Amino acid sequence: MLYSPAPMHIPDGFLSTAVSLVLWVLSIVVIAYSLKRVSADLGERQVPVMGVLAAAIFAGQMLNFTVAGGTSGHLMGAAIATILLGPWAAILVMTSVVSIQALIFQDGGLLALGSNIFNMGVIGVAVSYMVYQTIHKLAGGKSWGIFAGGFIAAWLSIFIASLAVGLQLALSGTSPANIAIPAMGGIHAIIGMGEGLITLGALVFLYATRRDLVLAGEKPQPAGAAVWVVGLLIALALTVISPLASAHPDGLEWVAEQKGFLDTAQGPLYEIIPDYVLPGVSSEAVATILAGVIGTLIVFGVTLGVAIARRNRQSSNA
Amino acid sequence: MIHTLDARVKFLLAIGFILTTSLTPGERWPVFILLLAVILSVEVLSELGILFVWRRALLALPFVLAALPLLFTTTGNTLFEFYMGKWHLMASWEGLERFASIAMKSWLSVQAAILLASCTPFPELLAAMRAVRIPRLLVAIFGLMWRYLFVLVDEAMRLMRARAARSSTSDQTATRPGRDIAWRARVTGGMAGNLFLRAFDRSDRIYMAMLARGYDGEIRSTPLYPLTAQERLVLTVGFLILLLLLTLAYLL
Repeated sequence: MLYSPAPMHIPDGFLSTAVSLVLWVLSIVVIAYSLKRVSADLGERQVPVMGVLAAAIFAGQMLNFTVAGGTSGHLMGAAIATILLGPWAAILVMTSVVSIQALIFQDGGLLALGSNIFNMGVIGVAVSYMVYQTIHKLAGGKSWGIFAGGFIAAWLSIFIASLAVGLQLALSGTSPANIAIPAMGGIHAIIGMGEGLITLGALVFLYATRRDLVLAGEKPQPAGAAVWVVGLLIALALTVISPLASAHPDGLEWVAEQKGFLDTAQGPLYEIIPDYVLPGVSSEAVATILAGVIGTLIVFGVTLGVAIARRNRQSSNA
Repeated sequence: MIHTLDARVKFLLAIGFILTTSLTPGERWPVFILLLAVILSVEVLSELGILFVWRRALLALPFVLAALPLLFTTTGNTLFEFYMGKWHLMASWEGLERFASIAMKSWLSVQAAILLASCTPFPELLAAMRAVRIPRLLVAIFGLMWRYLFVLVDEAMRLMRARAARSSTSDQTATRPGRDIAWRARVTGGMAGNLFLRAFDRSDRIYMAMLARGYDGEIRSTPLYPLTAQERLVLTVGFLILLLLLTLAYLL
């Protein structure tokens, strides 16, 4: 199956345990509230509508167009889901898309899933909602508000979410803030254009064929004002923090160091093999190589043992 | 052997393995090696073939770029240095170790995730998620999404085939078909809109079909059987091994 991973999905290993767990908790709270909201709003239609729409967003990510020299743009979908379904259902749809990508296709890690849901589901949807509603209101019901709102919502949601990814990587001590944040933001400012254009094209098509679907997003959403405020706060916070963090990476480094300190503080109660230098071996280099050889032997020994045990069992069964 | 194991056991052990890997401090190489031995053993037992798992594990590779700057920003003993324009880049041993440990953690975790996904039919995984108290509604949405995923992927493929059929292609860049990027993006956008429209219509039909079969908004599922003694044993031993490795990681 044609499937290209997007650079937005953080794999496991790149976030510190603390960052992963905090974002898991935040995502769970938002998902629980969305479930309650959507149950009240959509009722028993919710399972078929959201399940199929999530599948459509997933499939829609395969529709790509050539940008230049082998690269291609494709859809991530938070903005279009928000416009068509409203914020609460969109959060659940994006949660499903991101979870299935992690569970079946290993696009994004399982421990990092909370963070990926937060970036693409919560941040993507809240920012999209805030931008789209604002521009739509400013346009006073004219159709250009839908199109301009859709394009800018799609672009900004990608851009802000990528800043969040950069910030999380920097907080985990995986990537220095003054490199991670500008790099993620820069790449996604361009990728976001593709997202914006496809979202715009989809809205133009739907406005021409099924105007009722596009206008359904107009009706007041339950607790929509809260989403709007959260979207605005997230967008503002990340646009303010990101340049600050990039300009003063020491601050973030300091936080990371502190957390790194927490991670290792409970560390060596006593040392069995001090600094991986085997006792009784004088040269440090030789000892390190020896430790490596022993380690490799352990891996091969255990694996081989399991393989042989399995073969013996099979032959005795046969 | 791994394929027939209860999905709940596999799900919990995979999460436990990834959590253990994440909690292991970056410089505890002996523990990483033991974790690798554990995951390789399971790969052998699963009969998937280690090469199959490793090929799929390459998927997470591009992200390693994000950690590459650590080589140069971590201070420590110089590994090598070079000049790029007016930049003086200095790689350190400590940076290399941090970079390698992040890559290692990512590699170990993705292997566990691949094993879980490859050895467990998705409906069983859904049942396991219900068992660990993930809201039934969310699990039901996951289930419906998975069921119609391939239908909608086919739908997207049909849209792409239609675009290819009404377009011309050329190997030469100078005579590249189609107009500018904005035009190409809008065509793709139209296709995406079309896909959503078909999805909406399909969800309506599915809802009607569900109603016709007596759907009343309640999601019913077959009750889960309690774990057998043997499965309990596998789960306990698995967790004990992980706990032992974690203790080692902090003692060493």
